[in-house]
Amino acid sequence: MLNIALPKGRLGEKVYAMFAAAGYECPSILEPNRKLIFENEEKQVRYFWVKPSDVAIYVERGAADLGVAGKDILLEYEPDIYELLDLGLGKCRMCVAAPKGFHDDGERTLRVATKFTNIAANYYAGIGREIDIIHLNGSIEIAPILGLSNVIVDIVETGTTLKENDLEVVETIVPISARLIANKAGFQFKRAQIEAIQRSLKEQVKKS
Amino acid sequence: MDQTILKTEEQAIFALRSLYRRYGYLPYKMSKFEEYEYYIRNKDFLVSDRIITFNDTNGRLLALKPDVTLSIIKNCLDLPGCKQKVCYNENIYRVSESTHQYKEIMQAGLECIGDIDLYDICEAVSLAAQSLALISEDFVLQISHLGILSAVLDRVCPDPKFHQAATACIAGKNAHDLSRLCQEYGVTPENEGLLTGFVSVYGERRQVLARLEALCGTLAAEPLKELKRLSRLLESSPHSEKIIFDFSVVNNMGYYNGIVFKGYLSGICDGILDGGQYDKLMQKMERKSGAIGFALYLDLLEQLPAPKHDYDVDVLLLYGAETDPAAVAEAAARLIAEGKTVSAQKAIPPKLRHRELLDLRKEGAPC
Repeated sequence: MLNIALPKGRLGEKVYAMFAAAGYECPSILEPNRKLIFENEEKQVRYFWVKPSDVAIYVERGAADLGVAGKDILLEYEPDIYELLDLGLGKCRMCVAAPKGFHDDGERTLRVATKFTNIAANYYAGIGREIDIIHLNGSIEIAPILGLSNVIVDIVETGTTLKENDLEVVETIVPISARLIANKAGFQFKRAQIEAIQRSLKEQVKKS
Repeated sequence: MDQTILKTEEQAIFALRSLYRRYGYLPYKMSKFEEYEYYIRNKDFLVSDRIITFNDTNGRLLALKPDVTLSIIKNCLDLPGCKQKVCYNENIYRVSESTHQYKEIMQAGLECIGDIDLYDICEAVSLAAQSLALISEDFVLQISHLGILSAVLDRVCPDPKFHQAATACIAGKNAHDLSRLCQEYGVTPENEGLLTGFVSVYGERRQVLARLEALCGTLAAEPLKELKRLSRLLESSPHSEKIIFDFSVVNNMGYYNGIVFKGYLSGICDGILDGGQYDKLMQKMERKSGAIGFALYLDLLEQLPAPKHDYDVDVLLLYGAETDPAAVAEAAARLIAEGKTVSAQKAIPPKLRHRELLDLRKEGAPC
């Protein structure tokens, strides 16, 4: 039985459609109910809906053999997994944003507000800039407005939220999209099935 | 002795020690402590630089061992033509990646240090496979050759930053980000094809060798030859089919070189065995010898399903303050002789699950 962790929400639904098109459908998943685990005995596949940020944990710990997680989560938590495919879904960017006209003169420690402390720390360590990280769980955009931070590091999809809060992107750290990930041990023992899914998803990505 | 009472990891320790002894690996007992400075000098070799330290009575700063290999190397001599073969089972102390707290890890393994050759490499790989097989027949042992990986990386781009990022992609079988990286560093399409092709080369040894030859051409000729010879030698192993080639095993390329390997057991979510040649570490420690070894993380065996017991003891032997201790001892001895497990108590412990109760306060009929 192949266990697959899907991220709850629109992305998860799109991803399930890709798995179904690959021949691993599980019709009960489309029934309107609050169940979280769905199994297709015939196809030897079991899906479960989990919080998007938890997918990598389920896969790394072997509760799921496969999963779909955003590159942001993979960069932030650095799970020890195989990253088999860029699904090209949920595309956005991890960016540094600041109030319009902000200039970093490099004379003082840069105060950075973010949910993604590891990504921010790695990025600024890479360019040798001293920073003070302020970890926030949401409404990151208001941090520079209220003087809590100089800049923010966050995901930018359309840029509308930034614009509405008089912020602008000053640097793109890395492009983000959904990735197919696999548990390293599970991969060894269910390789044929995982490779078949990987091949089919790759074809679908190419066509789209 | 009734071996069924041993936990899986305890059974494994005995079986592994017996296996290693048969191949002439002598048990190596080391101190739990080591000079802290020794680890600081070699901290890049360690999985983490967070080490438990304390002051000895004479003020020296000591550390609880986070690693076994460094201690063994320190005590090995360079003896031309000879090899020192040692095995061990030791507890080491590292920070858990999940809890970020210190954790005691039970480790067993072996090291072969000295004038090592292809036979020794084959012996180490074969013993790694046999070690896994002793625990479960359902295993996979991945082998890689860092000499091939180094040659490919050197050909593609000389920048050490590129090597680091590319190695991380290869370890994660991540061909898509590897392609992006190549484009970022201006790698030619031909070399990009070579590197990304390398990610998808894994599996059955002969097929991998054929694909590697096609991919590499004359590049990495020597390491490829060594890999071929090793593969042929492993064909006589009863576990040959479970030993595959996979270049996502990269280890720390600053210390390891040549053959490296990693073992997985079905039912355990992490690699349980890590090993390889670490001549570079020996050179950094100013030794002339070569070395190869591996370690099994036996604490991971807890993830294997354990047999379920409906009861904690067969008989709860209940006695009162007035009961003659000799009568309790006699009843317990009789039940144990019948092959039952017994817990003698003056009151019934609330969480002790017992199959039957023998109440000596009522002249002892089971109920």
